[in-house]
Amino acid sequence: MAHTSEQVLEGLADIVNEIAGIPTEDVQLDKSFTDDLDVDSLSMVEVVVAAEERFEVKIPDDDVKGLKTVGDAVDYILKHQG
Amino acid sequence: MTVKIKPAKGSPYARILGVGGYRPQQVVPNEEILKHIDSSDEWIRSRSGIATRHWAGPDETVTEMTLSAAGKAIADAGLTADQIDAVVISTVSHFKQTPSVATEIAHRLGAGKAAAFDISAACAGFGYGLTIAKGLVVEGSARHVLVVGVERLSDLTDLTDRSTAFLFGDGAGAVVVGPSDEPHIGPTVWGSEGDKADAITQTVPWDDYRDSTVEKFPAIRQEGQTVFRWAVFEMAKVAQQALEAAGITADDLDVFIPHQANMRIIDSMVKTLKLPEHVAVARDVEFTGNTSAASIPLAMERMLATGQAKSGDTALVIGFGAGLVYAAAVVTLP
Repeated sequence: MAHTSEQVLEGLADIVNEIAGIPTEDVQLDKSFTDDLDVDSLSMVEVVVAAEERFEVKIPDDDVKGLKTVGDAVDYILKHQG
Repeated sequence: MTVKIKPAKGSPYARILGVGGYRPQQVVPNEEILKHIDSSDEWIRSRSGIATRHWAGPDETVTEMTLSAAGKAIADAGLTADQIDAVVISTVSHFKQTPSVATEIAHRLGAGKAAAFDISAACAGFGYGLTIAKGLVVEGSARHVLVVGVERLSDLTDLTDRSTAFLFGDGAGAVVVGPSDEPHIGPTVWGSEGDKADAITQTVPWDDYRDSTVEKFPAIRQEGQTVFRWAVFEMAKVAQQALEAAGITADDLDVFIPHQANMRIIDSMVKTLKLPEHVAVARDVEFTGNTSAASIPLAMERMLATGQAKSGDTALVIGFGAGLVYAAAVVTLP
């Protein structure tokens, strides 16, 4: 079943909270993973893998580099979800 | 005419009889690395968990480090060098390819005319060597096999590459594999994924030097995120398969000794595998950095020496690295 934008943001916030310990309310569309949320490149991989499982999408390594903000990730997942 | 050929008489099973390690004398803290890259001790520790690594001096050659580690492993096994029938050495940082390191080691150890050869399986080299050794002992072509992982990765480190300058270290780790009446080395789950060859590579092949203008000595380069994802999530599956192949679960384990690549990989593997609290996890990478093929036996030796693990404990070992290649097995610690 396709997820809505709100559901994806909420799910990502849970994932970022679990992996990087960032409060869920801080995970907003305009936030940069590295600059605002302090999610480093390795944690980003863990976030991506968790998101793949949760939203049933494939996010290849080459595409991970393009996901600068939470909004980028939400858009990517909405576009590619099964 | 086809005749009946008599097979060798092997042992029913094999086990690790002894372990030994050599760490070079020079301990290199992160501050030393920071002379070459724009980074910080805190950044290096948070990305890798590495605080120090050992760098080999001019006299601490691949051969000399191997001899030291091998001598300790043979003594730990309660054997003498003349009882070693085969020498298997895994390295990617011995720069004279012919003859192999192994033949010189066999000779200088006093292992007589032991069969001797090198293998190239990068950070999975220990598991590959262990698997070969087990096969030799069980098949009967050798009774006692010396397996060594040895690297001088400082020679293949680009100190100006801020993503790898802090990762690598030097050292040698050795085990002796010999006969056993009970199975003490489980089935190896191993393989290669050559489609990911670019994920970890030597920057320049040696033959480019012959008549070109390449000036910079080669180094090991890697795609950090690709390697991290593969190491944590794909290797956790391999580790799980090795447990299943040995007929045990994570609850039965005493010790987990993954290749010491990076503390973040180790931590994430432990989480992904849902290892129980009672399993002691090797974290030698903090002190020794990534020593490729040497890392598992070095970590094994440290855990036994410090009491984190003891002889007879059941351990899961898994190596993974450039190739990409991997090898995992459940073993009883010597």
